Amino acid sequence: MNATAPASHIGTIDPVTNLLLAVDGVTVDFDGFKALNGFSLTLDRGTLRVLIGPNGAGKSTLCDTIIGRVRATSGRVIFKGQDITHLPEHEIVRRGICRKFQTPGVLSGLSVVDNLMIAARRDRRWWCSFRQGVDAEEKARVADILETIGLADRAHIPAGQLAHGEKQWLEIGMVVATRADLLLLDEPTAGMGPAETSQTAALIRRLVGQHTVLVIDHDMSFLEQLDARVTVMHQGQFLKEGSVAAIREDADVAAVYLGRTKEEKHG
Amino acid sequence: MDMSIHRDTPTPLTGAPLSGPMAGPRFSRPVALSLALVAVAALAPWLVSAYELNLLARFLAMGLLAMGLVLVWGQGGVLSLGQGVFFGLGGYAIAMHMKLAALGEGELPDFMVWSGLDALPWWWVPFKSPLVAILGVMLVPGVLAALFSWAVFRRRVGGVYFALITQALALAFATLLVSQQPSTGGFNGLTDFQTLMGVDLGSTAAAHGLYWLTLALVAGAFLGLRLLMNSRYGMLLRAIRDGENRIRFLGYDPTPFKVVAFTIGAVLAGLAGALFTLHAGVVSPALVGVVPSIEMVIWVAVGGRNSLAGAIAGTLAVNLAKDGVSSAFPDLWLYALGLVFVLVVTLLPGGFAGLVGDVADTSWAKRLKSIIVGRSK
Ligand SMILES: Nc1ncnc2c1ncn2[C@@H]1O[C@H](COP(=O)(O)OP(=O)(O)O)[C@@H](O)[C@H]1O
Ligand SMILES: [Mg+2]
Repeated sequence: MNATAPASHIGTIDPVTNLLLAVDGVTVDFDGFKALNGFSLTLDRGTLRVLIGPNGAGKSTLCDTIIGRVRATSGRVIFKGQDITHLPEHEIVRRGICRKFQTPGVLSGLSVVDNLMIAARRDRRWWCSFRQGVDAEEKARVADILETIGLADRAHIPAGQLAHGEKQWLEIGMVVATRADLLLLDEPTAGMGPAETSQTAALIRRLVGQHTVLVIDHDMSFLEQLDARVTVMHQGQFLKEGSVAAIREDADVAAVYLGRTKEEKHG
Repeated sequence: MDMSIHRDTPTPLTGAPLSGPMAGPRFSRPVALSLALVAVAALAPWLVSAYELNLLARFLAMGLLAMGLVLVWGQGGVLSLGQGVFFGLGGYAIAMHMKLAALGEGELPDFMVWSGLDALPWWWVPFKSPLVAILGVMLVPGVLAALFSWAVFRRRVGGVYFALITQALALAFATLLVSQQPSTGGFNGLTDFQTLMGVDLGSTAAAHGLYWLTLALVAGAFLGLRLLMNSRYGMLLRAIRDGENRIRFLGYDPTPFKVVAFTIGAVLAGLAGALFTLHAGVVSPALVGVVPSIEMVIWVAVGGRNSLAGAIAGTLAVNLAKDGVSSAFPDLWLYALGLVFVLVVTLLPGGFAGLVGDVADTSWAKRLKSIIVGRSK
């Protein structure tokens, strides 16, 4: 379907078809407060991008707008060359975008494996839910993901009983299980210790290529481990884009963001 | 690694782990128990008096509606305070047919004559046909429920607002029935039925036959709903109940899942209403309005809103109690019912089915079981 071209071909690919997502001048107005203010961003297929910005910068709102939870007051969201700005949420997801929420959104009443099976289901139209039997490919995929996220031995306990970090992983697993081309991961390491954080970074790095990944986070060591291009936003607007090292050194970024994080870390 | 999908019984809202006989895909014991219960129930015509059989038949009919509420409320998380509407539609559909079937050519039902009507209202005409009436019992509530719930759910109205809208629906329905006296029979409703498809409704054979029909429908609905709840549809319905947004953002549209549940609930309510009307010999606004609709929810709350068997048991228990209390102390019944409801909601969120499950989960029950089954540790 949307298999990513082998790495050796990437340089020869027409840049237009290699474009997966374009957020084009999006403004989101909450009763006069502009959470996004003419924000633009493009993502190429198979790439990893990190989005940072101080609290309230509009990062979660950007994810919400891409996925249709929040509607743009103006501007467009183009995915695979098509305008998805006004599609229903489930339609947007079916086209290949899936989002991890900031607070873990696992289905706590269902078992870990059922959470993944629901996510992995390819045919999500309602009348297909009456069909018996489980697709072998979906099953294999779920088994694979269970191993990857390290929950194989806890597959049958209710997801609500997982520890916080495990819930985060399960939700990442669910997002991956949907085979979405674009994964939006909103603060995937929130509530994790250093060891879990670097495991998460390794997990995300393995997803890149197969998927395009947009990660929101502000843990500096996590950013360094991801080693991806960084976009900085501030008050709903684009501020800077560059490598982790460049962003680290940037005076404007430091003024709005990194300085504060450093203070927090030292304080 | 064991990758089989757990097709277990509905997960309690608390997310507590399921264990004991309800945890795995082991149907044999509950199925055997249910079959035994149905077999005993089938012998009731020879075990109880005609009056008691009639009561049991009415309560079993209501059990159909209660099982529908398990799907809608327990599994789907959609509280409907308007099931009386669908119950009433089913009841009136069959009652209209019986009123018409008793008439000669060109005659009108007695209450229409008294009200001065000189022609049958157009919407009565199709119910002359027994086939239309029987299909109408299910289709009228089903189609109405599908359209109504689709319109409401797609606007993402749920929870308390949905409950209030359905309550308003019940109020409007009962008010309409009373106010349109010439064509609905008004406050008295429709009563005084003689025959159904040529069978004398007063005969013992008819009473037994209708009882068995009710029992068969209850057993069939039980099995059908159990299959449905254990299907992927059931899993998704519970998932929507617990996290509608998460399901939406996994690419599912929650609306049709909820519409299907609500529609099935309404069809079962319609069937229940028709059977109840046959057993009771009357259908009237007092049976379908706000208070009866709330009582229906209480049966299910008492029995356990996630348990089909619990819902039937709750319906039987509450209605038997009502029969006892309201004949001895007619004024007390609503207070007693309210008290029971408050106690169940605060102390037993899983109803009595939840209590049975909890008892089965206690360590002494497990130890007892391990002694009986012979497994150590
Ligand atoms: N539904 C909403 N209504 C009003 N204001 C909102 C809403 N959602 C977010 N905001 C505001 O928009 C701003 C951006 O929020 P958010 O996107 O969550 O920031 P971030 O994820 O970057 O911390 C915040 O000031 C927040 O209070
Ligand atoms: Mg945020």
